[in-house]
Amino acid sequence: MANGSLANEVSYLEYQGKHKGIAGWLLTVDHKRIGLMYLMAIMVFFFVAMTLGVLMRLEMLSPGQTIMKPQTYNSVFTLHGVIMVFLFIIPAIPAVFGNFILPIQLGAKDVAFPRLNLFTWYLYMTGATLAIVSLFTGGGAADTGWTFYVPYSIRSAQNVTMTTLAAFILGFSTIVTGLNFIVTIHRLRAPGMTWFRMPLFAWGLYATSWIQVLATPVIGITLVLIMLERFLGIGVFDPALGGDPILYQHLFWIYSHPAVYIMILPAMGIVSEILPTFARKDIFGYKQIAISSLGIALIGYLVWGHHMFVSGMSDTSRIIFSLLTFLVAIPTGVKIFNWVATLYKGSIKFSAPLYYVLAFIFIFSIGGLTGLVLGALATDIHVTDTYFVVAHFHYVMFGGMGLMFFATMHYWFPKMFGKMYNEKVAVIACTVIVIGFNMLYFPFFILGYMGMPRRYYDYLPQFQGWHVLSTVGSWILVGGIVFMFGNLLYALLKGPKASMNPWGGTTLEWKVPSPPPLENFDEIPIVTGGPYVHDKSTYIMHPSREKIHTNGGAKSAKEEAAL
Amino acid sequence: MNPIVELVDDSFIFIMAISAVLLIGVTAAMIYFVFRYSEKNNPKPDQSITGSTTLEILWTVIPLILVLAMFFYGYAGFKEMRNVPPDAMVVKVTGKMWFWHFEYDNKRTSDTLLYLPEGKNVKFLLESADVNHSFYVPAFRVKEDCVPGRTNYMWFNATKAGTYDIECAEYCGMNHSYMLGKVIIVPEKEFLEWVSKVEKTDTVKTADSLKSINIKTDSLKTTQVKTDTTKAPVKKDSVKTTPKDSLDRVKKPK
Repeated sequence: MANGSLANEVSYLEYQGKHKGIAGWLLTVDHKRIGLMYLMAIMVFFFVAMTLGVLMRLEMLSPGQTIMKPQTYNSVFTLHGVIMVFLFIIPAIPAVFGNFILPIQLGAKDVAFPRLNLFTWYLYMTGATLAIVSLFTGGGAADTGWTFYVPYSIRSAQNVTMTTLAAFILGFSTIVTGLNFIVTIHRLRAPGMTWFRMPLFAWGLYATSWIQVLATPVIGITLVLIMLERFLGIGVFDPALGGDPILYQHLFWIYSHPAVYIMILPAMGIVSEILPTFARKDIFGYKQIAISSLGIALIGYLVWGHHMFVSGMSDTSRIIFSLLTFLVAIPTGVKIFNWVATLYKGSIKFSAPLYYVLAFIFIFSIGGLTGLVLGALATDIHVTDTYFVVAHFHYVMFGGMGLMFFATMHYWFPKMFGKMYNEKVAVIACTVIVIGFNMLYFPFFILGYMGMPRRYYDYLPQFQGWHVLSTVGSWILVGGIVFMFGNLLYALLKGPKASMNPWGGTTLEWKVPSPPPLENFDEIPIVTGGPYVHDKSTYIMHPSREKIHTNGGAKSAKEEAAL
Repeated sequence: MNPIVELVDDSFIFIMAISAVLLIGVTAAMIYFVFRYSEKNNPKPDQSITGSTTLEILWTVIPLILVLAMFFYGYAGFKEMRNVPPDAMVVKVTGKMWFWHFEYDNKRTSDTLLYLPEGKNVKFLLESADVNHSFYVPAFRVKEDCVPGRTNYMWFNATKAGTYDIECAEYCGMNHSYMLGKVIIVPEKEFLEWVSKVEKTDTVKTADSLKSINIKTDSLKTTQVKTDTTKAPVKKDSVKTTPKDSLDRVKKPK
């Protein structure tokens, strides 16, 4: 205890433990430092993949060759997809903000398995390195697209095995993180924090973690099957050996579709954190939002076939998958309606993080609603594998997860670094991002319906106008993103000190100093109410100091927790 | 009017109309609340509002009905796409890196250019010689993958004379974006003349004579271009003729 309070006199950033300097980071088991290490690695990959995206748009400025050759273009979109999906979108929010914030929100000193937590970071770095290496060895960068469809992937790249191995290792990183979060949520909630007193970010991570644990092993099975095929000549996927290429698509999407929900559920959780803070009132429909996360996770398992409506799957399967796909829209809709209703009769403090969330709701709604076009069989057959799909998933992935990643950075930035950024600049940057985003991706919907297939190096002349507009949009978008990060970076170096609770948040992370001390809490707090109650405090931060007052309360709270 | 095109466009408009109403509704409500209940206009938040069972039921059940209607629309169009009319003529389509190969009932073959008789229903048997491709004719709103080792199918009605783009929609390697082609729909008489022209006709001549056919445009095409703008590797002898009864006809490798 004495040790703990000593450690708690300084923030986690200043604390000097057994290891100093860089080793103090690389060997840390502190969930906050691990979160920051993830943040640094992930930001590097994000900027690399974003640069590749800008190059793609530049190539699309005019038909024929603009800046690169077809083979290069095919490698560029493959790299863009692989890095964005596996190294940024999937791990970003759980690994960075889940690690940093979840234990504090639950009233815990760390995650359940801190050493395992550090291990996941090394797994992530190993997988990432392997993925990058595999793209540059074995006869040049892979050019298969991030989906690695056979038989092309077997014919073309020599290192499908290595790339899948990288995905496998990255997968283990997410499995272990997921497992760690599940145990943390089950076992380390502060006394009195019942399931329905848990912050909604924790609910989002809980649903995500189950998907991570249950869906990711499928990619492992796929790897083993590819090995059997390559080394023992057992025909699994290759039709030349009597295998079935469609089977590969099934296995790929059984993992990769639930992965879509791994990407978006944590983001949705943070929307539910930010809205009540700035509306200064309780969230609307807490239970419905919490349960809908589980609903999305559950139904999300059963809809992978909608990626394969033109692959030659049986008609009956297509009809069933289409129906299930529409059902997943319901819990998503429930969330959006509840979020908007949260603003009703609030007292809205208009701040930068809220602005990002409002932008998210608008853009994500477009993404979700255009998903209905892709869920319906007749329309999907026309627009699948066209720019319409590219537009749709950029609206839900970048407009959904990406924008929420930015919102989250602005929301928890003062907590993580103890510094405050210029809010006006943040709002202007967000406006530029929203304009650039829509200019870049909205033309894709039109191009798609006109019949412009995706992954096309060259295009027919009738598509050029929209491509030019889109490329100009990409410059605006990147300008906005650089402006936004510049603002945060400046704040990191020269920003004024942030207070403990600059936004008036009600969850536990706002009850500890900014930046938080090593062990987060001097004493494990006791929870007496819901997470978003604004008119009274629902936490007893120092139960021992208020002994007389809380003795009975603690007991009843413990009993409640046991239930 | 082409039934498939009509069904696809109708479902698209139906889904888009409902989506537009929902999007505008959600966005308008959001913007209105932010201003109406701003710190300035509403200094004291109403802490009593934490949910409403009625609303939750409403915004679960109404969207459920709407999406089921969308599902049904999509299903109806899909049923039409899979329901090949029994009178349909059959064309075998083979995707190869990176061009399209067509084979007619009478073994007449052609690369890149797909000639069809106006007004006829056509069933396509889709195969691949190497990797996955996808036979996509945007003007007719249909596509289906060509997967090695299996035969997929699709059909459409060659409603009106004209030229329409064929594109490969499943990524297939370096020249994926050049795996283009043209559907050329001509009056039935001309088609029959073309398809039965074998042996005695010089191949190049055939191609030339067909290019001279006056191709009309029509409103169906969303992506119509002139034939000569295609960047597909159309060879001079792109329309090959194979003698119908020739004994030494080389069998296509499987």
